[in-house]
Amino acid sequence: MKKQKMTARAREEAIWGWAFILPTMLGLIILNFYPVFNTIYQSFCKTGDFGKGNIFVGPANYAAVLRAPETWQSLLNTIKYAIIEVPFGVVIALVLAVFLNQKLKGTSIYRTIFFLPMVCAPAAVAMVWKWLYNQQFGLFNNILHANIAWISDPRIAWISIGIIGVWSVIGYNMVLFISGLQEIPGDYYEAASIDGATGINQFFNITVPLLSPTTFFIVQTRLIGALTVFDLMFMVMDKTNVALEKVQSIVYVFYTYAFTNGNKGYGATIVIVLVIFIMIVTFIMQRAEKTLVYHN
Amino acid sequence: MDIQTRDRLNKVIMYVILTIMAFIMLVPFAWMILTAVKTNQEAISVAPFYIFPQNGWHWENFAEVWKSYNFVVLYKNTLLMIFFRVVCACLTATMAGYAFGRLHFPGKNIMFSLVLIQMMIPSQIFIIPQYLMVSKLGWLNTTAGLVFPGIVTAFGTYLLKTGYEGLPMDLEEAAGLDGCNIGQKFLKIMMPLTRSSMVSLGIFTALFAFKDLMWPMIVCTNSATTTLSAGLAKMQGQYGSDYPTMMASAVLAVIPMIVIYVIFQKQFVEGIATSGGKL
Repeated sequence: MKKQKMTARAREEAIWGWAFILPTMLGLIILNFYPVFNTIYQSFCKTGDFGKGNIFVGPANYAAVLRAPETWQSLLNTIKYAIIEVPFGVVIALVLAVFLNQKLKGTSIYRTIFFLPMVCAPAAVAMVWKWLYNQQFGLFNNILHANIAWISDPRIAWISIGIIGVWSVIGYNMVLFISGLQEIPGDYYEAASIDGATGINQFFNITVPLLSPTTFFIVQTRLIGALTVFDLMFMVMDKTNVALEKVQSIVYVFYTYAFTNGNKGYGATIVIVLVIFIMIVTFIMQRAEKTLVYHN
Repeated sequence: MDIQTRDRLNKVIMYVILTIMAFIMLVPFAWMILTAVKTNQEAISVAPFYIFPQNGWHWENFAEVWKSYNFVVLYKNTLLMIFFRVVCACLTATMAGYAFGRLHFPGKNIMFSLVLIQMMIPSQIFIIPQYLMVSKLGWLNTTAGLVFPGIVTAFGTYLLKTGYEGLPMDLEEAAGLDGCNIGQKFLKIMMPLTRSSMVSLGIFTALFAFKDLMWPMIVCTNSATTTLSAGLAKMQGQYGSDYPTMMASAVLAVIPMIVIYVIFQKQFVEGIATSGGKL
């Protein structure tokens, strides 16, 4: 029965189906799938002089990338950035979302303000923060009557960059949290109130577990976003900044090698290392999902 | 303490925290504007330190920056890139989304798993080959080069597929009886019903393109062909110590999207909440 010939109608549907997906599939193959294999191939090549041709060099790039202290330092910098951006960005956004989900007046104005950084180009945002952090003329040091080297002291520069990251993503996380909160049935809270549970009790016993799928989704997308951070570092840290080495993310290093120095093979290798790292993180997250997320 | 006082106290605490946070969120915006309307001497004066401009607000700084850094061109390039990316993404995604969501054809599952796989791959791995292709096509420093990686969208296809799956079955059956073929059903009945998904995808695509920095920096190195984001990066490299000029440029770069956001706030917030894409 399975080998039954397609009816005219089924055949028509198959033709339409393929015609409709064709542009997308062709695009994905040319723009995404071919590049994956091409990048892998290039990671085994050396870009010839004057950018001409690829010379196969075997695993030489991998040896160089894995031996370079810069690779490991930038990977560590990226993790440090994520350790600030993800937890703070998520917790602050969750608190704001819970507040804005109450029946308070004026919540839409607050929501508009919190979401504002999300519609701004990171290039512009980073420029403004760089100016705020300016050691001599910046707002922060002049208000605090301090002389802190916010972005050129390696010990604090990574925190300063992380703060910009948190400021930028709070509104986005908050919007996702609000839509998650609205899906929690109100009956749960009513029942808890009758039993005499306080707001904070309700938050930890109802909101946190029932919201955990949303929280997990946000943490996962933000984690991957944070591990591929580039714009903030690129705009805030000058090439001459002494703290650059302790702050630059792995994508920043990739950009420098592939496009500033024109060493595509080495750049491709860094990308492969990054992708493997992200795959490991994603795998761990998927394993953690079963224990961390509350399922009814 | 009775329940009413406790509720009122809770409300006050919430308002206080919300207001403090709102203030913190607004400080960079306020400082950007306040610096933009100062003279450079005022901006770099530390003793005394000026929060507000002392000799009038120099709104003309914006006009000067607008002219001297050719913002008309940056706006035009950014707008063209956003326009073509949104049109291409919506068009290809709505077709593919319909086929994946509503039609049956051999190979469908394999093809859709390719869409899902693409969504899991970090986009950095595509960049070098994409750049080489654009370069070979002679599209460096053109709008076509800017649009290139955004012609199709796996994420949008997924989003629209979910949209089409959510539509009731009988709609199509009724239309089928009236002698419509699949193309007509799609155009006349199904596509108009997924408008909200399309708006989400359009907003998402526009925001993503507007915020992107690396791609325009790579393919459009010439400041006459580049976008607002990459243009700002170039300006900072060249005139980084003229603070009012830099801040006026930053204001000009963020203002259009903020205005659009304030007008279409509901669609923005819903679009982000329903798509949940990674920006």
